[in-house]
Amino acid sequence: MSLTPDIVSERREVGLIRAIGLIFKKDILIEWRSKSRLTGMSCYAITLLMLFAFAVGPDPVMLQKHASAYVWMSVVTVSTLLLSQSFQNELESDALEGLLLVPVPPAAIYYGKALSNFVWILLLEIISLPFAVLLFQLDLTSEPLMFTAVFLLGAGGVAAPGTLYAGLTGRLAAQQLMLPVLLFPLLIPTVLSAVKATNLIITHDPFDQISAWFAVMCAFNAIYWTLCGVMFSKVVDE
Amino acid sequence: MTDIPKKRSLKRATFLLISGILLILGAHAWGLTAPLNEVQMGITGRILYVHVPTAWVALLVFCIAFGAAIRVLWAGSKRADYIEEASLEVGVVLTIMLLVQGSIWGRATWETWWTWDPRLTSSAVMAISFAGILVLRGMLHDPDKRRTISAVSTIIAFMNVPVVYFSVKLLPSIHQLQSTPNTVDSEMHWPLRTAAFGFLFLSLGLIGLRARVAELRAIRTEEEPDLPPVPETLQVEV
Repeated sequence: MSLTPDIVSERREVGLIRAIGLIFKKDILIEWRSKSRLTGMSCYAITLLMLFAFAVGPDPVMLQKHASAYVWMSVVTVSTLLLSQSFQNELESDALEGLLLVPVPPAAIYYGKALSNFVWILLLEIISLPFAVLLFQLDLTSEPLMFTAVFLLGAGGVAAPGTLYAGLTGRLAAQQLMLPVLLFPLLIPTVLSAVKATNLIITHDPFDQISAWFAVMCAFNAIYWTLCGVMFSKVVDE
Repeated sequence: MTDIPKKRSLKRATFLLISGILLILGAHAWGLTAPLNEVQMGITGRILYVHVPTAWVALLVFCIAFGAAIRVLWAGSKRADYIEEASLEVGVVLTIMLLVQGSIWGRATWETWWTWDPRLTSSAVMAISFAGILVLRGMLHDPDKRRTISAVSTIIAFMNVPVVYFSVKLLPSIHQLQSTPNTVDSEMHWPLRTAAFGFLFLSLGLIGLRARVAELRAIRTEEEPDLPPVPETLQVEV
C-alpha cells in the first residue's frame, strides 16, 4: 500500500519531452520490427509514380513539367494509408485506454505519434524520390538545402493534421473513406506549396519565387503542429 | 418553464426568416430595376446583389459555427452543438450557391464555367471540408463523441476561412477584390446593403429553426435510444 504513492509520483516525474520521446520510440520500434508496412507503402508509392507516367505518356518534357505534382500526389495518397494505420495497433489490442491512463499529458501522445508518422512519411519520400528522379529525369541538385527543407516541411504538414484525424476517425467503420475526405481539404495549402516549391527547384527557380511558397509551408506547419496538439486532448477525452 | 423561451426563439427565427426573404426580394426589385449598369460588366454586374451578400454571409455563418465549436469544447454546451450543426449546413448551402452563382457569372464574363483561380478553388475546398464534417456527424451515433469530434473538426477546418478571404489579396487572382459598399456606386450601395441584411436574417432564421430540429432529434433519440421492436407480423423464422 505504501509503495503506490511513490510509484505514482515517480511516474508523474516523466517530463513532456521524455514522454514524447518514449511514445515516439514505441511506435518506431513496433513498425521497425515488422517493416512490412513501410515496404508495402514504398511499393505502392512507386507504382503510383509509374501509373502517373503511363497516364501522361512517354513525353519526357511533359513528364518533367508535372513531376513535382506526381511525387507529392503519390506521397499524400500513400501517407493517408500510413496515417490510418497509426492508431490501429492500440485499437486492435484495446491498448488505447492503457496508453491514455499513462500519467502524461495527451499532447505527449499526440506529438509522439505525429513525430513517428513524420519519420515514416520522410522515409517514404526518401525511398520514392530516387525512382522519381530516374523515371522523370529530374535534376534536384540546384538548391540542396531548400530541397531538404521543402521535403521536411511537406512531411510535417501532412503528419500533423493527419495524426489528429487518424485518432479522430480511428474507431469509425468507414475510416478509410472519412480520413481522406476530412484530411485532403486541409492538406491543400501545404501540398500546393510543396508542389510549386519542388517545381521551382526542378526548374532552377529563374524568378526567385521559392521563398513565398516556403513561407506558406512554414506558416501551415506552425498552425497545424500547435493547433492539433491542443485539439488532441479534446479528442481523446471521448 | 423552458417552453416559453423556446417558443420565443422559434418566433424570433421565423420572424428573421420572413424579414430576410422580404428584404432580399425588395433589394433585388430595387437593384435589378435601377437604371445604372456596372461600368465594366454591364448587365451581368447585377449578380452583385446576390453573389456578394452570399459570400459575406457564408463566411459569417462559418464564423458562427467556429464560435459554437469553441463553446462546445470549453463549456460542453449541447445548445452550441445544435447551432454548430445548423450553421455548418447553412454555410455549406450558401457556399454551394456562391460557387453556382460565380460559375454562371464566369460563363458570361470570362467565357468559362470554371477556372483554377485561388478564390474559386479555395471556396470549393472550404465547402468540401465543411461538408465532410456533416458526413462525419452522420456516422457518429454517440452524441457526446459526435459533439466533440465535430467541434474539433470544425475548428481545424475553419483555417480555410481566412485563406478564402485573403486569397484575392495575397495570391495572383483574376477575381476582383472584395466588394464593399465603399467600392460600389452610391446607387448600388443601398440595394447591396439591403440584400446583405436580407441574407443575414434569412441565414440566422434558418440556423435558429435548424438548431431546433437538431434539438428535437436529440430529445427523441434520448427518449427512444433503441430501435422499436419488430412487429410480430414482420418477424421471420430462421
